[in-house]
Amino acid sequence: MTLHSAVHPVAKAVNWNRLQDDKDLEIWNRLTSNFWLPEKVPLSNDVQSWASLTPEEQQLTIRVFTGLTLLDTIQNTVGAPALMADAVTPHEEAVLTNIAFMEAVHARSYSSVFSTLCRTAEVDDAFRWSEENEFLQAKSRLILEEYNATSNPLKKKIASVFLESFLFYSGFYLPMHWSSRAKLTNTADLIRLIIRDEAVHGYYIGYKFQRGLELLSETERTEIKDFAFALLFDLYDLETRYTEDLYDPLGLTEDVKHFLHYNANKALQNLGFEGLFPEAICQVNPAIMASLSPNADENHDFFSGSGSSYVIGKAVATEDEDWDF
Amino acid sequence: MTEPFVLITPTYADGEGRGAVHKQVIVFLNDVANRNLLRGVIASGNRNFGAFFAHAGTIIAAKCDCPCLYKFELAGTETDIARVRQGLDLFWKQQS
Repeated sequence: MTLHSAVHPVAKAVNWNRLQDDKDLEIWNRLTSNFWLPEKVPLSNDVQSWASLTPEEQQLTIRVFTGLTLLDTIQNTVGAPALMADAVTPHEEAVLTNIAFMEAVHARSYSSVFSTLCRTAEVDDAFRWSEENEFLQAKSRLILEEYNATSNPLKKKIASVFLESFLFYSGFYLPMHWSSRAKLTNTADLIRLIIRDEAVHGYYIGYKFQRGLELLSETERTEIKDFAFALLFDLYDLETRYTEDLYDPLGLTEDVKHFLHYNANKALQNLGFEGLFPEAICQVNPAIMASLSPNADENHDFFSGSGSSYVIGKAVATEDEDWDF
Repeated sequence: MTEPFVLITPTYADGEGRGAVHKQVIVFLNDVANRNLLRGVIASGNRNFGAFFAHAGTIIAAKCDCPCLYKFELAGTETDIARVRQGLDLFWKQQS
């Protein structure tokens, strides 16, 4: 037996002081500073609010969260590990392990909501429903097919960005809707932490996608872009039917669809592509937007006001050390 | 920089709004000659970050004592582009 063997590749230790792509460290720092666990959120404060929902509203909420759990599970156990095989830097692999773990935290969070608010039998019913719902199963299948090991690395990233930046939003809509009516507000706080994480995941994987796309010929780039839009159409078709199935009884379907269009365009932008849906059908209900950004200054167009409405000021002490004026 | 300008910048904040302004932008603004010509800032970001959406605009406006003129998501929409064009036209007329 020899210690050195010509047939085995050299095992390499990751050196964070030698970066090939600064983006890896930037995102590593972003994700680790955003780390959280569901125990941080006082979900039990929603017990009374939960009791104020009708049985139909409760069932819808449990089903929506079970659907989200399924997507998080896929991303945790299949999606992020599949992307790891295609990583072009060792640091990218490390970032993807963080993404994989946070997806496990997200999936685990929904069970915290369930154990705090719901009866076991209702939750078991919803998990059975998730295995039987044809639209939920079909969209999962479409994504899993692309995660298959033989798939093209860029196509895997497209599937991943669509999952993180588009498919979650038919589900995220509901807790934002309840929150806009002052219901399940602690649960909404937890969902906002997930929404924040997914934004970073979608951005980073979209960034890596664009770096990979740059290396291809014009013809290959066109082929990849056509694939992305075709997959989005297929997923959108399933999402609209999933949305109707869930939200028609509450009369919310059209409102949810605007939210889907808005997020589909953002998913495409994460991949560096132009939006698909015209702005007129991307106008999200202002109550939902306000729920997404509680305490935010809602006016982001200061041109139209007088000079006094411009944002100047507000304390910014946190950044002082970076600014050596 | 040799003429007055409006800075358009992305945002890199974490969940608490820290690190919003990219290092390259900080280096650029640390140069007093550049900073003296800065008349306003426009920032992009992602509403998924809630109150810290496009936070770089708020930070730079406060640090450099200039207005934050507009915030938009990711690469912006056609409406964003039209509003920024119109807004900047008017802004420069008011400045001159």
